[in-house]
Amino acid sequence: MSTFLGMPSLPVYGTGNLHASESFPKAAHRELGNAQLRANLGHATHTIRDKRLNVVSELPDWEDLRDAGSAIKESVMARLPELLEQFEANFTARGGVIHWARDADEANEIVAGLIRATGETEAVKIKSMATQEIGLNEYLEEQGIAAYETDLAELIVQLDHDKPSHILVPAIHKNRTQVRDIFLREMEGVDPDLTNDPARLAGAARAHLRRKFLTAKVAVSGANFALADSGTLAVVESEGNGRMCLTLPETLITVMGVEKLLPTWQDLEVFMQLLPRSSTGERMNPYTSLWTGVTEGDGPQNVHLVLLDNGRSAALADEMGRSALHCIRCSACMNVCPVYERTGGHAYGSTYPGPIGAILSPLMTGIQAEENNSLPYASSLCGACYDACPVKINIPDILVHLRSADVDSKRGKKKIPTQMDIGMNAASWALSSGKRLGMLEKGLPLGRLAAGPDKKITKLPGIAAGWTQSRDIPAPPKQSFRDWWKKEHHAPDTAPAAAHDQEDQP
Amino acid sequence: MRIALFATCIVDAMYPATARATVKILERLGHEVVFPSGQACCGQMHVNSGYIKEAVPVIANHVNAFDTEDYDVAVAPSGSCVASVKHQHPMVARACGDKDLEARATAVGAKTYELSELLVDVLGVTDAGAQLGSYFPHRVTYHPSCHGMRLLRLGDRQSRLLATVQGIDMAELPEADQCCGFGGTFSMKNADVSSAMLEDKTANIASTGASLCAGGDASCLMHIGGGLSRQGSDVTTLHLAEILASTVEEPASVSGDVLVSTGKATR
Repeated sequence: MSTFLGMPSLPVYGTGNLHASESFPKAAHRELGNAQLRANLGHATHTIRDKRLNVVSELPDWEDLRDAGSAIKESVMARLPELLEQFEANFTARGGVIHWARDADEANEIVAGLIRATGETEAVKIKSMATQEIGLNEYLEEQGIAAYETDLAELIVQLDHDKPSHILVPAIHKNRTQVRDIFLREMEGVDPDLTNDPARLAGAARAHLRRKFLTAKVAVSGANFALADSGTLAVVESEGNGRMCLTLPETLITVMGVEKLLPTWQDLEVFMQLLPRSSTGERMNPYTSLWTGVTEGDGPQNVHLVLLDNGRSAALADEMGRSALHCIRCSACMNVCPVYERTGGHAYGSTYPGPIGAILSPLMTGIQAEENNSLPYASSLCGACYDACPVKINIPDILVHLRSADVDSKRGKKKIPTQMDIGMNAASWALSSGKRLGMLEKGLPLGRLAAGPDKKITKLPGIAAGWTQSRDIPAPPKQSFRDWWKKEHHAPDTAPAAAHDQEDQP
Repeated sequence: MRIALFATCIVDAMYPATARATVKILERLGHEVVFPSGQACCGQMHVNSGYIKEAVPVIANHVNAFDTEDYDVAVAPSGSCVASVKHQHPMVARACGDKDLEARATAVGAKTYELSELLVDVLGVTDAGAQLGSYFPHRVTYHPSCHGMRLLRLGDRQSRLLATVQGIDMAELPEADQCCGFGGTFSMKNADVSSAMLEDKTANIASTGASLCAGGDASCLMHIGGGLSRQGSDVTTLHLAEILASTVEEPASVSGDVLVSTGKATR
């Protein structure tokens, strides 16, 4: 065997906040018991869902846009290394500095080092999934650097020492009275007579944030898009806090997943139509900021970009799963998901909740990561997510692919097969022959007997107990269709085809 | 036309009246129905649970049963099973590198229709009352199953057929497009979430005042019906094939008991 010194071992899986700490069914059980959460989520997801449907249905070329978005992302994944190098060359030529991070730890160290080099101990932050994924705020805190979230909902979650439960509306699980209580408890210099009136709450947050914007020397951001042909980064937002962070501080550090690239400026036109409509249900978002390296005398003069892998190469290597990297983090899939609607985002453990999280997290950590292997099963495969996805990620198919990867990864490694293994094996035998199924169906009267006079089965053992916790099973019929067909409809077995031909009829 | 019936395993074993009703409708329209005896199951339970290796013999059995028989089109009273035959069979065959099975599965899939799809698109049924003699004097609500809606794009074919049944009083189901929470083994693996979804579905059904909920997939109906039964509701579920087969002379039973809703055999 030959050894190539210096070659990284592949695949490099993602670290940080990508791992569920308990299985999805267990976490979901707990979250389902939270009535406030369910009510908030039901109301919020349905509102965004309807808004999205309205603005999407008014575009005659919506399906063409989805096709274009999907095709552009597919081409990006097919030539990612080349596009990354092109981007690096352009970004560097305009005065920016590129850093490459293999995983969460590397990225955190790079960002902390850059902040330390400025002599600052504070940074303002733009809402960013990548920095949540790597646990940047927690890491910086350990290093004695305070990172302040400036997106209103992220601020609420941060002040409450909580975790976001939705990628677009992170405080979706909190109502305004809860928000007021958090502000009163945690916000410096807040008016003690603050009410739960949304305008007053926004006013309190604005005053608090304005102080941060005016004093901050360092900002940390994510990015929605990076344009390879010009070396430009883009942030799409609603509140304007991002624009403040991108323009006021002296140093700007962006952390971005490598999959966010688009080949050209022109490609942005497709995504700027897809993203706002899919995420907030708006035709256009209020603030779109684009920056290309350093502009002398205007805005941050010290501009950095950390390009993050953290398991993305591992996802890219999965032929069936790689299109999960097309995701533009719009959250349309979670807003239409009946499972997410009831459990909320915390049940998924990872930074990425909902249907996209159920595929992205295990793809980035590897399906063998304990507990993340329960995520692909967190779906009834209803398909609403695929229909809503602006870049047509076939989430149901990838869920099934990952389920099979999970089952296969455990084959031959278990001392005792699970009930599911035994059941699936037996069912494979019984259902791969009409004769065998027909023979088993002779036992249907036994099931009738078990059902008793009520003609229903109300309690089953083992994994089937999950069914009977809320559902009965009707008593089976006296006779299968197959038997009826044989005995009462036509001749036994299907007669040879020739006997049915028109020419043979009298 | 010579039509091969794919009964589906759940209908064959648990809801034979649905398959008998399907036969009755097609024969009433003057078509010949054949039942390829080698058939068993489409295998989607295995595929959707990740047991691809175990799914292969089930899929191969279906393809063998349906590509040796001589018929014009095949039909199944299920959107989900037809979607599996059309989409999953070639996909699984491709994944395990069986080119021959892939080609034959694709051919079988191309000839396989969901019941309402066959009735509307191929057999030209636009008025169930007039063309099939369908008569069903009950207040009915309708749940469109996910796979029929999103994988087969059945649109309003099923509800349009139901609306043209004589005597029927259709009540629109709120949040109709929401999954009932069945999802095969999802209902056991994630029983709590599945039950929460079902709870909302049955509450919506109850709000319509209908005496039964119709649908095109026996598995979803078993799930919804099982929940209604557990809640002690008087509302039951019935497959749309049985409603379409119901006539003045031979009305479908609506007792909700699969044993009683026999829809007597023709001939």
